[in-house]
Amino acid sequence: MAEVTLSHLSKSFGATKALQDVTMTIPSGAFVVLLGPTGAGKTTTLRLIAGLDKPDSGDVRIAGTSVLQDTPAQRDVAMVFQQYSLYPHLTVRDNLAFPLRSPMIAMPEAQIARRVAEVAEVLRIPHKLDNKATALSGGEMQRVSIGRALVRNPRIYLMDEPLSSLDAKLRADLRIELKRIHHDLAATFLYVTHDQIEAMTMATHVGVLDHGKLVQFGTPREIYENPVSTYVASRLGQPHINLLPAQAFPGAPANAAQIGLRPEHIHVGEGQPATIQRVEHLGDQTRLHLSLGPHSLITLTEPHTLLKPGQTLNIRPQNPLWFDAQGNRIPSPRI
Amino acid sequence: MSAYSVTEPSKTSKWAAALLVTLYTVITLLPLVWIISTSFKTGPDSISYPPKVFFDPTVEGYVNLFTTRTRPAVSELEALPPPEGLMEEIARRQGTIITGPSRFGERFMNSVIIGFGSTALSIILGTLAAYAFSRFKVPLKDDLLFFILSTRMMPPIAVAIPIYLMYRELGLSDTHLGMILLYTAVNISLAVWLLKGFIDEIPREYEEAALIDGYTRFQAFRKVVLPQAATGIASTAIFCLIFAWNEYAFAVLLTSGNAQTAPPFIPTIIGVGGQDWPAVAAGATLFLLPVMIFTILLRKHLLRGITFGAVRK
Repeated sequence: MAEVTLSHLSKSFGATKALQDVTMTIPSGAFVVLLGPTGAGKTTTLRLIAGLDKPDSGDVRIAGTSVLQDTPAQRDVAMVFQQYSLYPHLTVRDNLAFPLRSPMIAMPEAQIARRVAEVAEVLRIPHKLDNKATALSGGEMQRVSIGRALVRNPRIYLMDEPLSSLDAKLRADLRIELKRIHHDLAATFLYVTHDQIEAMTMATHVGVLDHGKLVQFGTPREIYENPVSTYVASRLGQPHINLLPAQAFPGAPANAAQIGLRPEHIHVGEGQPATIQRVEHLGDQTRLHLSLGPHSLITLTEPHTLLKPGQTLNIRPQNPLWFDAQGNRIPSPRI
Repeated sequence: MSAYSVTEPSKTSKWAAALLVTLYTVITLLPLVWIISTSFKTGPDSISYPPKVFFDPTVEGYVNLFTTRTRPAVSELEALPPPEGLMEEIARRQGTIITGPSRFGERFMNSVIIGFGSTALSIILGTLAAYAFSRFKVPLKDDLLFFILSTRMMPPIAVAIPIYLMYRELGLSDTHLGMILLYTAVNISLAVWLLKGFIDEIPREYEEAALIDGYTRFQAFRKVVLPQAATGIASTAIFCLIFAWNEYAFAVLLTSGNAQTAPPFIPTIIGVGGQDWPAVAAGATLFLLPVMIFTILLRKHLLRGITFGAVRK
């Protein structure tokens, strides 16, 4: 396990700037989640660390040493691709054993068999070990590809949306399993996801990328509670943060253009009247779709609410987030 | 199943198709059947008119193919001790005695060495070149690929005279190496183009995964790309072998005493002791076998087709 440092990393593909001057430290033993929409540079970051692409400028250091001249094999990293890329001519067993048989590791066969059996158990695929990799379902393929990383004990695990094609139950189980591995092995992870629950529950740090730039890096709490911009604020939160013109409520700071309201920022019972448009019962929570004048917003209420569409509530902001015309955060006056 | 089904052909067209396929099969196989049956006929049977469809099979043709014989006077023949061995007996029945082995075995081996040697070399070089063209930034890639293809734009025999002169200067005339290099040069463009197509189809992700799994690029190529390119390699190898095996013009021009292959040799059998058609047919029959066996051995790879990948697209 090792600390991974990216300094002033840039990479272009033709005219597209995939990464621009990204500087980030992934502490040893950290679980860093990268957030950002498609094309933000998440996968590029993983590929540069793995050595599959060379940066145009900047440096990648693992355990304090620059690895730019090293081959992917020499870097001793494991990567789970978004495309599972299992070797189709091999069985599941041989797929899992493949990294351990490499000249870099060259583990004795008896030990390989033990290791493969352990990982297969964790991923619940022991009965599939003798299947051809092509004879698996999508979810099973993804588990094997995670397994191919987990059999190893690399300096960093790079994972590109590894749980994205699994069903909800398995996803929850594997989330816990990955977290356990992170904890037990004190392993370092760099993990790309779109999933808010994965980011919030697994990450020790979250990095938010926007068009190849790292716009904020911090703990999940910091990113959630203290976003530097509307862009970052929109990455996390279910339901999505409500962004309204600052004038929608009284008391906006002078230079504020937008007010950001998460459900916990909306105090019900006093303030301005809002009409309930829709009530969504999700089981563990209930979402209220409100209209406030010309604006609509979404908030949460208790699961067994008796509120009905058409009713009116009074709402007011409570410690909201304020943003300027460029979408950057401005310090909040307390309301 | 209605008469107007889109996916199910009508009875008439099925019958027509079956008829066409049968006709084609008969037309293609008839010469082969003729050659193979002639190889088991006696000399007189092979030229009888009308041709004999049913005859007493004999291996005279094969004995004659592998031996040289003389025809002594009848009195001399009767004075000889009884024949030793089956070959001698068969020769004696035709009124001849065996004086030694023919050069067919040697010529056949030359064909094997040159045919398979050039196929192996074409495949090795072709696979490596195709991989490089498929995966790396090669300067002037498109021009190079076109240049490689352009070597096939004329019949190879068009350059026979320059090659003849060149080979004479280099001492490559009538050598195995010379013929292997020549056939490889002709085949390599086909090999590069065919194999590049197959390797392009193999997603890069596999190699990238192998690189991260601790393998060098060459090891990843060997362990991940090659097994998946097996189909392409097998079909390319068959094409290369068929060309090198059947090539006649260069073989006549460039080989004689040492590296002569079977194609230019077989017609020369005709001259030995009259027109010995069964021996010629025996030579042709044996000549067919290696390519047939090679194709049957590789058939499994040909039929398997392109593997269904485990890469999510």
